[in-house]
Amino acid sequence: MAQRILVAKVGLDGHDRGVKVVARMLRDAGFEVIYTGLFQTPDTVAAAAIDEDVDAIGLSMLSGAHMTLAPRVVQKLRDRGADIPVIVGGIIPVPDVPKLREAGVAGVITPGSTAEEVIAMVRAVIDQHIAQGRV
Amino acid sequence: MTTEMNPRKEWEAAFAASKVRDEPFTTMSGIALDPVYGPDDAEQPGVYPYTRGPYASMYRSKLWTMRMFAGFGTAQDTNWRFKEIIRAGGDGLSTAFDMPTLLGLDSDHEMSDGEVGRCGVAIDTLADMEDLYDGIDLSEITTSMTINSPAAVIFAMFIAQAERAGVPRAKLGGTLQNDILKEYQAQKEFVFPPRHSMRLVRDTIAFATNEMPRWHSISISGYHIREAGATAAEELAFTLANGFAYIELALQAGLPIDAFAPRLSFFFNAHIDFFEEIAKYRAARRIWARWTKERYGATSERSMQLRFHTQTAGVSLTAQQPEVNIVRTAIEALAGVLGGTQSLHTNSMDEALALPTEKAARIALRTQQVLAYETNVTNVADPLGGSWFVESLTDEMERQAEAIFATIDTLGAGSMLEGVIQGIEDNWFQGRIADSAYIQEKMLNAGDRTVVGVTRFLEGNDEASIDVLQITNEDEARQHKRLESVKLSRDDSAVQKALDHLRTVAADPELNVMPAIIDAVSVYATLGEVMNTLGSVFGKHVEVPTI
Repeated sequence: MAQRILVAKVGLDGHDRGVKVVARMLRDAGFEVIYTGLFQTPDTVAAAAIDEDVDAIGLSMLSGAHMTLAPRVVQKLRDRGADIPVIVGGIIPVPDVPKLREAGVAGVITPGSTAEEVIAMVRAVIDQHIAQGRV
Repeated sequence: MTTEMNPRKEWEAAFAASKVRDEPFTTMSGIALDPVYGPDDAEQPGVYPYTRGPYASMYRSKLWTMRMFAGFGTAQDTNWRFKEIIRAGGDGLSTAFDMPTLLGLDSDHEMSDGEVGRCGVAIDTLADMEDLYDGIDLSEITTSMTINSPAAVIFAMFIAQAERAGVPRAKLGGTLQNDILKEYQAQKEFVFPPRHSMRLVRDTIAFATNEMPRWHSISISGYHIREAGATAAEELAFTLANGFAYIELALQAGLPIDAFAPRLSFFFNAHIDFFEEIAKYRAARRIWARWTKERYGATSERSMQLRFHTQTAGVSLTAQQPEVNIVRTAIEALAGVLGGTQSLHTNSMDEALALPTEKAARIALRTQQVLAYETNVTNVADPLGGSWFVESLTDEMERQAEAIFATIDTLGAGSMLEGVIQGIEDNWFQGRIADSAYIQEKMLNAGDRTVVGVTRFLEGNDEASIDVLQITNEDEARQHKRLESVKLSRDDSAVQKALDHLRTVAADPELNVMPAIIDAVSVYATLGEVMNTLGSVFGKHVEVPTI
C-alpha cells in the first residue's frame, strides 16, 4: 500500500508554489498525497492528518512563523493522542533547525534542497518512525 | 496618420520637448552618442506603439527610481529603515507589510500568532501609519505600498496620516498595489470573493481619479505570477489581461478611459533569461498601446504608454553560495534597465535565507547605482531595438500573449473582465501556473537546466554561510502593547458609529466606500475592525485546494 502524506500550509502564508511542486513530486514518487489548501491552523492540520490516517505531515512555511506554528502542530497531534511525524520545509534559517528538532519536528528541509533530498527525507522519517515501532 | 507614417519626425518633436539631464552622453572614450538609433521608419521611443519606451528621451531625462522594498517589525523599526534608505541615496520608498496586515487581521488576532512583523511591517491602526512615515516628507518622496485585499483600508490610513502631517491628498505621489486579481491567481493573500474585491478596486480607482492626480491607484503585477511559476509569456499575458479587466471595470463605473488609464502602472519580474525579459517588456508596451487605443478607445498618449516597476527574481536566488546572488541580481537589473523600466527594486543576496540584513540591502542598492552611474547604459534609449534577435523575440512574446488573450476573451464571451474572473473561479490560471512551476522543477531535477551552486559547480557550498537577520518575538509583544494602548485611548462610540455607517455604505454597491473608510480609520478603528465590517457584507473567499 502506498504511503500517505498530508502536505499543509499553516498560518497566513499564501506562497503555495513550493507546496504544490513538492506534492506533485511526492505523488510521482509513489506517495498518496493529500493537500489541505491555504490558511490552516495547527488544530485543523492535526485533525485532518488523523482523519486521513497519514504516515507523515509536511508543512510548507515561508513567512517566518515556523518557530511558532510548527511546534504547535506537534503539540496538537500529541493532545489528540496521535504520533505522526512532522516535516517542515521552506525558508527555515539553519540556526532554527535544532530548535525545531527539539520541539518534536522529525525533519527539516532547508532552502536549496533538491527533489531527491526532499523525497529521501520523507522516506527516512517514515522508515525511522516504523523502525521505532511508533505506528 | 502622421504618427504611423513618420515615427522619426514624431520622435524628434517629442525629444525636442523633453528636458534632458546635464550630462555629456558620450562613451567612456568620448564618442558622442545619439539619444536613439535606427532607421527613420522604425519604431521610436515615445511614439506609438511605444515598444521602444514610453518616453522619447528615456533615461536622458530621468533615471529610473531606485525604489527599495522594505518593512519589518513595528512601524517604528521600518521608519528607521526608510530613513536609512533615503540617506543611502534611495529615492522612493516601498512598504512591505506583514502577513496579518496583508490579510486584514489585527496583530492580536489568534491567526496572527508568530506572523507579526515577520515579513513586513505590522499595521493595526492609524497610529502605526503615523509612526511609519514620521519625519518623512510625503510631498517630496513618492511611496509605494504592497497591499491588496485590505488596500482600500491601508490607503485610507495613508491619506489620513499624510493630511494630519500637513500634506493634502492631492499632493501625494505614489502607488497602491491594489491588484486583487493576481492574488487569486498567484500570491494567494485574498480575503473577500473576487467580485466584492473588485468593487473595492473600483472604488479606490474612482477615488484616486477624482481626488489624487499624482497617485497610481493600482500596480498591475506580473511579479507574483512569475514567482509562482509562470513562464515569461504567461506573466506577460496574465498581467495585461488583468489590466484589461481593470479597464473594463472602471469603464463600467462610468469613468472615461483617459481619466484613469494614465494612472495605471505595472510591475514586472526580471528573471535570469536576459533577452527574453527584455523582449517581454518591449512586447508589453506594444500590446498595451494597441489594446488601450484600438479596443478601449483611448486617445491620450498617457493612457497608451505602459510604465512599469521591476523587481529582480526572488526565485532565481539560491541558498547555496549566496554571494553569487549579487551577480544574478545585477544581470536581472540590467535587463530591466535595457527594457526601459521606470523604477527598480534589486533583491538582496540573502533573501533565499531570510529577510535581508542592512548590509545585503545596501549592496543591492549599490548594484543599481553602478548600473546608473558607471556603465553608461542610460545614454541611449532601447539600445537593443533593431537587433534581429530581440525584435523577433519581442514579436514572439506578443504572439504568445495574444493567443492567451483570445482564450480569456472567449471564456468571458467577449469581456476580458468576465474572462479573468471566470478563469480564477475555474482555477484555470492557478492550474497553468502550477503546471509551469512543475515543468521547471522537473527540468532542474533532470539536469536540463543549470543553476550554479545547485546543480553544478558545488565547490564552496560547505563554507560557512553569511550572517542573516534574526527577528525575535519581542516585536510581536511590542505591537500588541501598541494596539492595546490605542484601543484604550480612542473614542469607542465614535468607532462604532463609523463602522455602522461603513456597513451601510458597503451594502449599497452604487456607493464609494472610500470616504466612509477614511472616517473610520481617522477615529482609530483598527484594520481588522474595518475588514470585518466589510466582510459582514461581502463574505469570504475560499480556494478549492488542488495540487
